[in-house]
Amino acid sequence: MKYVDEFRDGALAAGLARAIAREAGSGRDYAFMEFCGGHTHAISRYGVADLLPPNVRMIHGPGCPVCVLPIGRVDMAIRLALARPEVILCTYGDCLRVPASDGLSLLKAKARGADVRMVYSAADALALAVREPAREVVFFAIGFETTTPPTALVLRQAAAQGVANFSVICNHVLTPSAISTILESPEVRRLGTVPLDGFIGPAHVSTIIGSQPYEFFAEEYRKPVVIAGFEPLDVMQAIRMLVRQVNEGRAEVENEFARAVVPDGNLKAKTLVAETFELRRSFEWRGLGLVPYSALRIRAAFAPWDAEAKFGLDYRPVPDHRACECGAILRGVRKPTDCKLFGTVCTPETPMGSCMVSSEGACAAHYNYGRFRDMPVRVVDNSAPPNPDQETA
Amino acid sequence: MNTVKPGYVRPLDLRNGRVDLGFGAGGRAMAQLISELFARAFANAYLARGDDGAVLPAPAAGERLVMATDAHVVSPLFFPGGDIGSLSVHGTVNDLAVMGARPLYLAASFILEEGYPLAELARIVDSMAAAARAAGVVVVTGDTKVVEQGKGDGVFITTTGVGALPAGRDPGGARARPGDVVLLSGRIGDHGMAIMAQRESLAFDSEIVSDSAALNGLVEALYAAVPAEAIRVLRDPTRGGLATTLNEIATQSGVGMELDEAAIPVSPQVHAACELLGLDSLYVANEGKLVALCAPEHAEAALAALRAHPLGAEAARIGATTADPQHFVQIRTGFGGRRMVDWLAGEQLPRIC
Repeated sequence: MKYVDEFRDGALAAGLARAIAREAGSGRDYAFMEFCGGHTHAISRYGVADLLPPNVRMIHGPGCPVCVLPIGRVDMAIRLALARPEVILCTYGDCLRVPASDGLSLLKAKARGADVRMVYSAADALALAVREPAREVVFFAIGFETTTPPTALVLRQAAAQGVANFSVICNHVLTPSAISTILESPEVRRLGTVPLDGFIGPAHVSTIIGSQPYEFFAEEYRKPVVIAGFEPLDVMQAIRMLVRQVNEGRAEVENEFARAVVPDGNLKAKTLVAETFELRRSFEWRGLGLVPYSALRIRAAFAPWDAEAKFGLDYRPVPDHRACECGAILRGVRKPTDCKLFGTVCTPETPMGSCMVSSEGACAAHYNYGRFRDMPVRVVDNSAPPNPDQETA
Repeated sequence: MNTVKPGYVRPLDLRNGRVDLGFGAGGRAMAQLISELFARAFANAYLARGDDGAVLPAPAAGERLVMATDAHVVSPLFFPGGDIGSLSVHGTVNDLAVMGARPLYLAASFILEEGYPLAELARIVDSMAAAARAAGVVVVTGDTKVVEQGKGDGVFITTTGVGALPAGRDPGGARARPGDVVLLSGRIGDHGMAIMAQRESLAFDSEIVSDSAALNGLVEALYAAVPAEAIRVLRDPTRGGLATTLNEIATQSGVGMELDEAAIPVSPQVHAACELLGLDSLYVANEGKLVALCAPEHAEAALAALRAHPLGAEAARIGATTADPQHFVQIRTGFGGRRMVDWLAGEQLPRIC
């Protein structure tokens, strides 16, 4: 497939792997965090870790919108959909299976009679409201800066067209605030127990916000940032650029994803978002806790389309399981396998913590794609007679 | 014997008529539906007797019977490359074929929703009859029930099949051994993506067509080419796709697998559609593909036999089984790394068959 397969080329990957191994051959260790779940997924899905030398370690960040969605927000949507039969609750497919309180999820609430529907876009939800004037269509909006402009657009369209039976539960969150939280965490900032040498910056988020918002991290925290696309070759190239910055003592924002990201981002989208949303003073992130100024709410001018105001929804925070290590995993302090719950009670079928919820989460990615690395595997070679002592890790 | 003069019975209105509750009530309307629609389309001596069941001949000496059943709730009922009628034949025929059996007879039970157009039902039944004839199976008995409007989704069809298992054949999910070769008869993901594209009104330059097909001919071609004991496992990777089927086999047989991603055929359209929807083609359903695990010394002959058949022209050797106490299915990615191909968590696409 054109413009996709070129970025997954095995021969080019092998060449890049050799270059990274050569340039990272200084003897020191390198630890980089890929912020986005999209990068986490690409690294796991294509086996990028196998192409990196052992002294280059990737830490999986919190950039998975489903993963950081707190239980209390899903509870709120479920309560609304179950309590009011006139409500059609629409959301993206990834949200349906997020486990909430009382053993429920939106999908399970649907089985109990709530009218919950999957949509591919915010526009589909608005179209449904126009088609079903006798029902109340509520769009449960989640995501980082990438999915915020489409939500802003449907809010403005609903207002302009006077679609009174449409509203939005806004859960949109902001990438830079999450990166600040990680850099400000005691392990990274003061104790230095977590080596963090740089970030792979978001792909799609950066097409909206541009590369400028990361300059602060490069300057203030002396951490290099390389914005990269979501294809595995993008990731490899970004890792090489990060290794170079570390070797040369630089801490700059570089852009590997120049085919889509410009310094100022998408001005039209940013204006649209600024006119429709305002900052929340504080917002709970699953795994990170309360993060100041890290999320958006709908401006008062659009209050008739703000489901939280329209239906008087109240937020009740719900703590994660006590043994869950998601917070520490999201900050790079622990690995998925360090958690007692991983692969025992916490699996993709029965996730206990946020990192296991979506395939972009650090724990789910390791469980689905990488857990074979945790145990030695005997491989029988067809061409040779079976040799019981032959083992590969 | 029906003593009503033919002139007093109005034929079914197959053009504008609709299913009503009377068709399931056991009265004359039901008898008429059976004779004018089902018996006419499936035309055979077993159905013509009009009894509650079919009396079948005993299998040949040394042969054993295999029985399988499959319920079909696909939505939409008509899709590029097939419909619920042909699918309901292929589903059960393939379940029998991958047991090594020659499919012979089918029983079909219909759950119809009140108000469903008879013209569409006739299209489905005709398509089912054509698929049965092509696969060489006979629909020998059936049942019809009608549910009120809103309690069904047009038509649900359950088929149950009986086949004869020739002596010496005994493929089973538990029979794979380390070192066996994994063969796949062609491109993956066509059925699931055809349904998905139809359901979500996705338009592509060239339409994605379901691979729905009866696999008994392909299976016979395989058995004609290699000794029966060399064929360890046969499966059709339907719901959950290739990944799920291979994990089932790995677990049943207590082996691991090593696959080569670059060797697994996927059409450019399915590849593109999967990219667009964020799906993995390894987990997308097929309805006309065969997975065969074969003893390594006969793998080349088996692959050649698959490729010589019209349904296996793009057959490929996609990997091998390993001795792995964890029964992991692993894949060498086209990118050069390795990863696991795990069981599907949750539901990727509901109501695909």
